[in-house]
Amino acid sequence: MIYFDNAATSFPKPQETIDSLNDFVRNVGGNPGRSGHALSTEAARYIFEAREKLAGMINACDSERIIFTQNGTESLNLAILGLLQEKDHVITTSLEHNSVMRPLMFLNKERRVDVSVVQCAANGSLDAKDIKKLIRKETKAIVINHGSNIIGTVQPVGEIKRMIGEITLIVDACQTVGSFPVDIEEDNIDVLCFSCHKSLYGIQGLGAIYMRNGIEPIPLKFGGTGSRSEFIEQPLFLPDRYESGTPNTPGIASLLGGLSFIEKVGIGSIIRKKQDLRRSVIDGLSCLPGIVIYGDQGNGNQLPVISFNIAGKLPSEVGYELNKRAIYTRVGLHCAPLAHKTIGTFPEGTVRVAPGYFTTDDEVALFIEAIKEIAGRT
Amino acid sequence: MIYFLIFLSIHDVLKAEKALKGHNVDMELVPVPRNLSSDCGMCIKLKGGFDDVKPYLDGIELEKCVSYDGEEYRTIES
Repeated sequence: MIYFDNAATSFPKPQETIDSLNDFVRNVGGNPGRSGHALSTEAARYIFEAREKLAGMINACDSERIIFTQNGTESLNLAILGLLQEKDHVITTSLEHNSVMRPLMFLNKERRVDVSVVQCAANGSLDAKDIKKLIRKETKAIVINHGSNIIGTVQPVGEIKRMIGEITLIVDACQTVGSFPVDIEEDNIDVLCFSCHKSLYGIQGLGAIYMRNGIEPIPLKFGGTGSRSEFIEQPLFLPDRYESGTPNTPGIASLLGGLSFIEKVGIGSIIRKKQDLRRSVIDGLSCLPGIVIYGDQGNGNQLPVISFNIAGKLPSEVGYELNKRAIYTRVGLHCAPLAHKTIGTFPEGTVRVAPGYFTTDDEVALFIEAIKEIAGRT
Repeated sequence: MIYFLIFLSIHDVLKAEKALKGHNVDMELVPVPRNLSSDCGMCIKLKGGFDDVKPYLDGIELEKCVSYDGEEYRTIES
């Protein structure tokens, strides 16, 4: 079996993820911060440690401003639905995932929020000046994909923030955190939304959001927090304001294991390995006739997310053939119709290959062999 | 004299615990005494003086500090 769908969720997970999850479920299991007993406190400690490690990873000095969510989508919904009000203007790009586009379209209909979409080039590149041109006095936020989930392009978010000044920069970093350096201070990012089950190696059902001091969206949910229980109003301090109800503590325990794995291996070597894998997949595919690879194929800052098609074959056929060989990719539109329009592959989509840290050179070679065989068939 | 340090959230309690442990402060996490707060969470019980450890809590929002001499609880900082 060859798993090349790490852009959807990473698999396999490191042993640290499994051990931490196992330890929590077997030996801890309390509801965090809800009671005065040892298991409740121990559960809260898992969450605290995971939050502190995450803060370190994105260079946030205030870990309480990291909020756990169900997934990257919920993080983006919290930022977008919670910050944009009636008749605001927002700018986004043509590479966005539906987790950005759909809440924006909802706001366009329900709150008359005006949405401007900056067109990216077919190779995924974006001119930050094109964003600046669209800014007007009602512009409340820029929502931008940090790394494309289709072609792996990384956008210069720091440069964009310098250009937009005080306007809130909301970054969809689902593909980048853990796969690419993310530094909220260096890039002056206001809101960072990400998933924890991709390159942070937690289990599925966990995401997070970082919000800079002073950015306070309306919460998506209200309820019990274990704090200020004498009041029927939601507390205003973080993280409790945005974390109502029993959290996904087993998921957070798994994330803590995943983050320990990243610390052990070193984020630098993980990133280098992923860059090397990207290079080998592109080099291998480039040698084959009749293959179209999308996006920039140079050695610049890109993620190990590669989209391609075989001339004369639908991506669904290629995916089917690969699946028969136990090679698991993702074909189609990858929840990003505008991005596929941008690269010229709408509505059929592409075959997306996303190797991960545990991918071996042999697996890449077997994959290239399989594509050669599939492409050679008539 | 015993001191109870009461924080807004369990996150802050654990942050304070980490900071104090880093300086080998003699402390314990205990349930918040019901007469001090109706919260159902935890607080920090200091076995030594409060003034000495105060600098270690820089940047963590302390809701209140309550002293207890065995007879009377007194809020000394809030």
